Amino acid sequence: MRRTVFPHKLLPWLLLAPQLAITLIFFYWPAGQAFRQSMLREDAFGLKSTFVGLANFRKVLGDPNYLNAVQVTAVFSALVALFAMAIALFLAVQAEKVIRGKGFYRTLMIWPYAVAPAIAGMLWLFMFNPSFGTLAWPLRQMGIHWNPLLDGDHAMILVVAAATWKQISYNFLFFVAGLQAIPRSLLEAAAIDGASRRHAFWTIVFPLLTPTTFFLLVVNTVYALFDTFGIIHAVTGGGPGKATETLVYKVYNDGFVNLIMGDSAAQSVILMIIVIALTAFQFRFIERRVHYG
Amino acid sequence: MAEASPLAPRGAGRLVAHFWMVLGVIVVAFPVYYVFIASTHSTQTILRPPLPLLPGAEAAQNYSDAFSGGISRIGGVSLWRLLANTTIVAMGIALGKIAISMASAYAIVFFRFPLRMACFWLIFITLMLPVEVRIQPTYKVMVDLGLIDTYPGLILPLIASATATLLFRQFFMTIPDELLEAARVDGAGPWRFFRDILWPLSLTNVAAIFVIQFIYGWTQYLWPLLVTNSNDMNTIVIALKKMISFADADTPWNLVMVTSVLAILPPILVVVLMQRWFVKGLVETEK
Repeated sequence: MRRTVFPHKLLPWLLLAPQLAITLIFFYWPAGQAFRQSMLREDAFGLKSTFVGLANFRKVLGDPNYLNAVQVTAVFSALVALFAMAIALFLAVQAEKVIRGKGFYRTLMIWPYAVAPAIAGMLWLFMFNPSFGTLAWPLRQMGIHWNPLLDGDHAMILVVAAATWKQISYNFLFFVAGLQAIPRSLLEAAAIDGASRRHAFWTIVFPLLTPTTFFLLVVNTVYALFDTFGIIHAVTGGGPGKATETLVYKVYNDGFVNLIMGDSAAQSVILMIIVIALTAFQFRFIERRVHYG
Repeated sequence: MAEASPLAPRGAGRLVAHFWMVLGVIVVAFPVYYVFIASTHSTQTILRPPLPLLPGAEAAQNYSDAFSGGISRIGGVSLWRLLANTTIVAMGIALGKIAISMASAYAIVFFRFPLRMACFWLIFITLMLPVEVRIQPTYKVMVDLGLIDTYPGLILPLIASATATLLFRQFFMTIPDELLEAARVDGAGPWRFFRDILWPLSLTNVAAIFVIQFIYGWTQYLWPLLVTNSNDMNTIVIALKKMISFADADTPWNLVMVTSVLAILPPILVVVLMQRWFVKGLVETEK
């Protein structure tokens, strides 16, 4: 606890004012509105709304389209988190083994961090689009009817690849830092005991990386849930059919395209509950912070 | 950094590691390289796969066309305008976040006042309200305040950051009491103490947060998509989305590629040039 402080009484409020004002206007007020709206239903002309309690939630949770979005989101997030973390961990382990060129590799690895998710998606669609994508061309030559614009599974593969590609850099940096924090004495002891590298990795290195892995698991899940909206919107628009419609995309689509406010608000509230659960999970088990920017 | 881990392989094993790293780097960097190559070819070449792996001869033509506003699908807005918009938004978000987070962290750490911890929690809880979960009502607030198609509309809702506030608070708490005591004995007020002592000590943190938030601002998608209607106010990412259509035959792919390069390059430069602070800041602040 700090013992010495400045005695001013008004100044701290002035310093806090900008952040509090923005927080109240753009966070608490809208979040409150989302809660209010999730319990209202508007008439066909949007003129009058009536209180309907939890009816919107019942409607949303009973809607096959919403359940489809839940499933799509679960598959998408699990694949993105798994691949982005596995590839990053593998590369970080390789980077630990090399002596020369570490900095060089790192510089090239961090590029995708700076690429907007929407642009990442467009790049991948450009490379893999069925009519003139350079990388789709060999697939066609091999006789695969590759068409992410018409085939739901292909579309899912494409958005997962783009989302994974974008997230590898971030995970790589954290795994490298995690590996460097492992006490050298442990590894030396293992080497003296004649442990094979594979054995030492699974029994010493990987368990010691658990905090990093857990932290990244939550960050990657949040990333896959929310930040990938741009990829879905720019690449597939939730389609073909509803094969890539994630929860966030559906909130946007119902609220801004189909203009069903009550449903959209109820979905927002459900998403808020998911974020709160994830954050609580992270605090409970890892006691680390989440970054939303 | 240069020393290998005790379990590091020698000879062939190390070569294998290099092989995997090179392969990883190729996969990671290839899409960016590929866009750059595509931006130097004509649309006809782009539409006839496979694309050559070396730059073509159309670079000068493509770049001058794109910069002079030759893209009709986004209303002929020039790339300069798009880049200016995006820079204003990214800088506004990064600098704004740093300013208001530092101010509030300073208030919470170096002053004592009623409801101090309540304020802290009020800010802290916003971690759990990313813009995606409150888009509809936040949009309505923007309409009511008349902020659609304005820079404040693009910047303000994204400027409050619990992360930056928490980071500065954490850092300020490591400043020893003796430093503040000494400053106060010498008659320094809150402003002098901040300017002469705290700010110089915070520079590394400020640089790291700047990079992270600049990237955050530059890569925004959902929010700019909602609050901009006019082509003049688009960020480059949104403009890019508007000019691409995979169904249409008349997408000017060469100009799309130029726009992509310019949408990607500035943030990559920021990350690569400020790598030292960025990597340290990212890994330390988020753990």
